[in-house]
Amino acid sequence: MSGEPDYAARLRRRHRSEMRFRFYGLLSIALAGVILVVLIGSIVLKGYSAFWQTHVRLDFAISAEQVDIDNLRETNWGGLVKATLRDMAPGVTGRRDKRKLYQFVSPNAGYDLRDAIAADPGLLGTEFSLWVKASDDIDMLTKGHLDRTLPESDRRVSDLELGWYDRFVGEGRIELRFNLDFFTTADSREPEEAGIQGALMGSFLTLLVTLALSFPVGVMAAVYLEEFAPKNRWTDIIEANINNLAAVPSIVFGLLGLAVVISLFGVPRSAPLAGGIVLALMTLPTIIIASRAALKAVPPSIREAATGLGASPHQVVMHHVLPLAMPGILTGTIIGLAQALGESAPLLMIGMVAFIVDTPTGFTDPATVLPVQIYIWADSPERAFVEKTSAAIMVLLAFLACMNATAVWLRRKFERRW
Amino acid sequence: MTLIPRAAVLTVGGVALAALMSAQSADARDQIRIVGSSTVFPFSTVVAENFGKNTGMKTPVVESTGSGGGLKLFCAGVGPEHPDITNASRRIKQSEIDTCGKNGIEDIVEIKVGYDGIVLANSKAGQVMKLSEKQIFMALAKQVPVDGKLVDNPYERWSQIDASLPDVEIEVLGPPPTSGTRDAFVELAMRDGAKAFPMLKQLRKDKGKKAFRAVSDSMREDGRFIEAGENDNLIVQKLEANPNALGIFGFSFLDQNADKVRGSEVDGVAPTFENIAGGAYGISRSLFFYVKKAHVGVIPGIAEYVAEFTSERAAGEDGYLTDKGLIPLPAADLKKYQEDGARMTRLAGL
Repeated sequence: MSGEPDYAARLRRRHRSEMRFRFYGLLSIALAGVILVVLIGSIVLKGYSAFWQTHVRLDFAISAEQVDIDNLRETNWGGLVKATLRDMAPGVTGRRDKRKLYQFVSPNAGYDLRDAIAADPGLLGTEFSLWVKASDDIDMLTKGHLDRTLPESDRRVSDLELGWYDRFVGEGRIELRFNLDFFTTADSREPEEAGIQGALMGSFLTLLVTLALSFPVGVMAAVYLEEFAPKNRWTDIIEANINNLAAVPSIVFGLLGLAVVISLFGVPRSAPLAGGIVLALMTLPTIIIASRAALKAVPPSIREAATGLGASPHQVVMHHVLPLAMPGILTGTIIGLAQALGESAPLLMIGMVAFIVDTPTGFTDPATVLPVQIYIWADSPERAFVEKTSAAIMVLLAFLACMNATAVWLRRKFERRW
Repeated sequence: MTLIPRAAVLTVGGVALAALMSAQSADARDQIRIVGSSTVFPFSTVVAENFGKNTGMKTPVVESTGSGGGLKLFCAGVGPEHPDITNASRRIKQSEIDTCGKNGIEDIVEIKVGYDGIVLANSKAGQVMKLSEKQIFMALAKQVPVDGKLVDNPYERWSQIDASLPDVEIEVLGPPPTSGTRDAFVELAMRDGAKAFPMLKQLRKDKGKKAFRAVSDSMREDGRFIEAGENDNLIVQKLEANPNALGIFGFSFLDQNADKVRGSEVDGVAPTFENIAGGAYGISRSLFFYVKKAHVGVIPGIAEYVAEFTSERAAGEDGYLTDKGLIPLPAADLKKYQEDGARMTRLAGL
């Protein structure tokens, strides 16, 4: 019995190694999970407050004589707001102090007043209240991002302004409200007025162009290469090139876009059309590679059966192979588009890294996209843009999640098992 | 088996075609296009936004391409596909005027809008730094003169440079070479600092500017000067985390973050609004924009945009641009550029 190995010990060792192996797997998942939670957590913590905005209640008593109701643009709305602010804080005389007082509310408060009167001219001649946005510094104060205990010279908000603020809070004039404007306006240099709609629309239009170009071209290329192309040196070269193209840094596509799309084709700078074409070039290899893999995964028996029943090669592909490969193709397409959604480097070259106030409505309007908007806000000096940056990241992530959800839904719908 | 949703494919293809066709019809613009410096960008965008609100015209599109990149685009030609205005955080160069001329742009209007101070700041938790330009050069240059010879920068702590400086390690975060802020910092601080050494002054006399600049313009690469990227907010955050580090960035970021960081005195002058406006603070530069005269009257709104930028309520002493951190021009200078803008006075030469 001396040469008999200790089977029990070996078995224990194998079990231990099995346990360790599983433990490493669990550890990796836990690590990835922690990183994800920290990342998203820090973004949400920094950014959730951007969905709320400090508002100030102003009381107006405007007579019909002060306003030219047929020509609202001509009235000095800003002046009316300033007059009300002076009434709210009597005793402010110095030029500098008055300036501080006027900066208590957003410079756009006058336009809010104009819109309110335009919507209900009956307000003229009566006393009415209007909630307007506070300026970014006051907003930061309300949200607790400013330390009031610091010496006055180190604060963005002076003692005088703090005095007004505390009094207005006591009078119930200050309120945090949901910032719907964040979703309905485009960029602005006033943090309290800046919104995400322009970039969201720009991203949407750009991706639409990208999808429209890269999906049909990518799928057709994959079908030809996989189903019809003869296997020879040429197709090998093409295949190698497609794989190489997938690894080209995205900025290169931007340079190409500048040289070809803008200079040669004459597509306007900053247009979603130009951005979409550039991103389509970038997305194509991903779609082709994923589509080929999906086509390869369709069992040959399907093709043989269809051919056996008299289907032409075209019918075999269109009626049988492509529908079965569609879930995989769609997944590849969505991954490619998700990549395109997050790109800003290639867009720098074609002028989409820009300050654009008007929300784009067509493919040739100047537009910017979500990652660029995030970059521009992250680079702005105003403190209030910090939370806007995180909020924009959340919107980008939500956009991505929607795209992925669509992919999952489409896959479920078309998926076939055998 | 499901058929491919043919309708979907057709729609998608149709959208692509329609989009391509519509591109052909976009020729004449009714919207101003501005390119150029990332330093002027925050000011230019505020003016653009106010211009849009006040005139009811389309808000100009402002791109941040850097001063050099902007002038390159600007000088590429006349026509709606080329920008109308370019911002610059330095003056246009003769070579750029020549390029413009070659491409048919004879008349350029130069408008100076104000000043921007470049500050060296550290966290409020650290000590107040009182530096001279010479000390800045000694701390940051790749090679410095020691005992009459150029050697690789040996200084590791501020106190080794001068006993009056704190005994902490030298660690400075600054912009990369692609940035206009870096160019200006090198030109205004490093070169002046280098000139404080008689030996380097002699070098400039003997071997010319090029040899001098090879010394004065090279930042050290041993990890004491850290290129922190173009994002100045990031530098502020890093300074908060490390009280011993200094950061180099524009005055507007110091202005916005006065509760977190403090500007160092340079040659005895603190980087305050008044000191930069009065010219006492050494490291400050002028900001410009250039207008293509051939586009005035063709692209609507250019004259109005220039008027808005140079107006009292924008660039004046109490204008909204000063709220954003612009250091305004003296009143007489502002008036001169207002007139230049109104008459579209051609830039006669440098």
